[in-house]
Amino acid sequence: MSAAAPRRLTVQRLLVWGTLLVFAAWFLTPLYVMVVTSLKDMDQIRSGSLMSLPTSPGLASWFKAWDQACTGVDCRGLKPFFVNSLLMVVPAVAVSTLLGSVNGYVLSKWRFRGSETMFAMLLFGVFMPMQVVLLPMSQVLGWLGIASSIWGLILVHIMAGIPSTTLFFRNYYVGLPDELIKAAKLDGAGFWLIFRRIVLPLSTPILVVTLIWQFTNIWNDFLYGVVFSGADSKPITVGLNNLSNTTSSVKEYNVDMAAALIAALPTLFVYVVAGKYFVRGLTAGAVKG
Amino acid sequence: MAAPSSASTPWLPKLVVAPSFVLAFFFIYGLIAWNGYLSVSASRLLPNYDFVGLRQYGLLLESDRFHVALTNMAIFGSLFIAGSMGIGLLLAILLDQKIRAEGVLRTVYLYPMAISFIVTGTAWKWILNPGLGLEHLMRQWGFADFTFGWLIDPDKAIYCIALAGVWQSAGFVMALFLAGLRGIDDSIIKAAQVDGASLPRIYLRIIIPSLRPVFFSTLMVVSHLAIKAFDLVIALTAGGPGYATDLPATFMYAMSFSRGQIGLGAASATVMLAAVAAIVVPYLYSELRTRK
Repeated sequence: MSAAAPRRLTVQRLLVWGTLLVFAAWFLTPLYVMVVTSLKDMDQIRSGSLMSLPTSPGLASWFKAWDQACTGVDCRGLKPFFVNSLLMVVPAVAVSTLLGSVNGYVLSKWRFRGSETMFAMLLFGVFMPMQVVLLPMSQVLGWLGIASSIWGLILVHIMAGIPSTTLFFRNYYVGLPDELIKAAKLDGAGFWLIFRRIVLPLSTPILVVTLIWQFTNIWNDFLYGVVFSGADSKPITVGLNNLSNTTSSVKEYNVDMAAALIAALPTLFVYVVAGKYFVRGLTAGAVKG
Repeated sequence: MAAPSSASTPWLPKLVVAPSFVLAFFFIYGLIAWNGYLSVSASRLLPNYDFVGLRQYGLLLESDRFHVALTNMAIFGSLFIAGSMGIGLLLAILLDQKIRAEGVLRTVYLYPMAISFIVTGTAWKWILNPGLGLEHLMRQWGFADFTFGWLIDPDKAIYCIALAGVWQSAGFVMALFLAGLRGIDDSIIKAAQVDGASLPRIYLRIIIPSLRPVFFSTLMVVSHLAIKAFDLVIALTAGGPGYATDLPATFMYAMSFSRGQIGLGAASATVMLAAVAAIVVPYLYSELRTRK
C-alpha cells in the first residue's frame, strides 16, 4: 500500500525528505571515499582529508592495484585473483543454476511421494552456518585430489548453491499452471520435451534472478575461498584481503581502495544494470511461500 | 491441486533429481554429522577419530577466547539486529510516502548488499583508521582535540564492526519491509483516514502491527546473518587487537586452520549450527505448514 500523503510542501514532508537524504549520504559516503582516495596519490592523501576531492586525479593506483601491488612477496597485483574468480564463477553459476532449474521443475510439476519433505530438508541448506562443512569438506577435497584447486572451489560452490537455486525455481514453477503440462502430456510430450518446449521458455525472469544471485554470492564469497584455495587458486576476495593486510613501509591506502573497487566492480555493475532482479533474489531467499 | 504424475516413466523425475539431492544431502547432513563426529574426537592438528566424548565442548566452555567470542556475539548481535531492523523499518516507512525518487533512493540504500564484506570492510578500515581517516578529517574541520581510535581499542573495536554491519544490511531490511508494506490492503487505511486518524497513529496502530509476519521473517534472516558474520571481522580487524573482536565464526576459523585445534573448531561449529537451527527450524516449519 501507499499511504496517502499530502503532495504539498509541509514540515512533515520536509522531515521525510531530510531523513531520506541524510541516510542516502550515509550509504554513499564510503563509496565516495573509496573513489576519491583511489584517484589521489599519497601526498594528496596526507595533505588533504578523507572527503576532499583529489587535486590532480590520476589512475596510477588503479594500474598498480591491477598488476603490480604486492600480496605478501608476490607482486602481480589483483589480476591473477580476478582471473581465478572468473574461472571459478562461470562454471559454478552455470551448473548450480541448471541443476536448480531441473530440480525445481520436478519438485513442482512431477512431485512424488516424499518430494515435499526432501524439499523442506533441502531448505535448511540455505541457512545453515557454513562453518560446519569446512573441516570435513577439506578432507573430502583432499581425497578427491582437488584440494587447493579451482575445481575444488567450483564443486563446493555448486553443492552449496543447489538449495537456493532449487528454491528459486521451484517457487517460480509452482505458479505455472498445471493445465499447461497436462495438455502437453495428452499430446504425448514426455518429461524432457515439456521442460524444453514449455517450461524453459517461460523461465527467463527466474533464470535472470538466479544467475545474478549466484554470480553475486559466489563472486563475493570469502569463507570457502580462504579455506579451500591454494597458492594459485585464491579468488579475488582473498586476494584483496591479503593485499590490504600486506604491511609495507608505507601503507598505500589509494592502492587498497582501487583494489577494493576492482573487486567490487563486477557485482556492482550487475547490480546497477539489473538491480530489480537482484532485489527479487534477496527477498525470495528470505520470505518463502 | 495435485501436480500431474508421470504414468509412463515414473522413475524418470526421481532419477533426474537424484544426483543433486545426493550431493546436497551429503553436503548438508553428511558433513554436519561428520563435523559432529570430529567434535567428539581427539583431533588436534590432524583429524584423529579416537572418541573422547564431550571433552572438546568442556574445553570450549573453559576457553577464555570463546567467552570473548560469545560476549562479542551478544554485543554485535544486538546492535546489528536492532540497528538494521530499526533503520530498515524507518526507511521503508519513509519511502512508502509517495516519494518521487523512490527508485533511485532504493538503489542507493541497497547497493552495499551487492558488494563483498571484504570490500566494505577494507573501506571502513580506511575511514576509521586513527591516522589519516576520520580523526584527520575532524581535526582539519577544526576539532583539534578530536580522537577516534575505536578500531584499535580492544574494548571499542567491536562497535566499529557493528556499525559497518548495520551499514551493509539496513537496506536489505528496508527492501523486506517495503515489500511487506506494499502487500497491506489499502482499504483498511482509507477507512481509518475517514475516521479521522492521523498518519503517525495509523502507522503505529494499524500498519506496523500488520507487518508482524514480515517482522518475524526479517528478524530470523538478520539474526542468522549475525551468527554467521565472518568476512566483515576478518576485513576490519582480523579478530584483533589480539582476539578482542573474535566472533564464533572467526574463533572456529582460527582454531581449525591456524591453531591446530580441529576438535575444538568442530565443537564451536556445532554450537553455531545449534544456534542457527534454533532460529531457523521453527521458522521453516511454520512457513511450510501454513503453505499447505
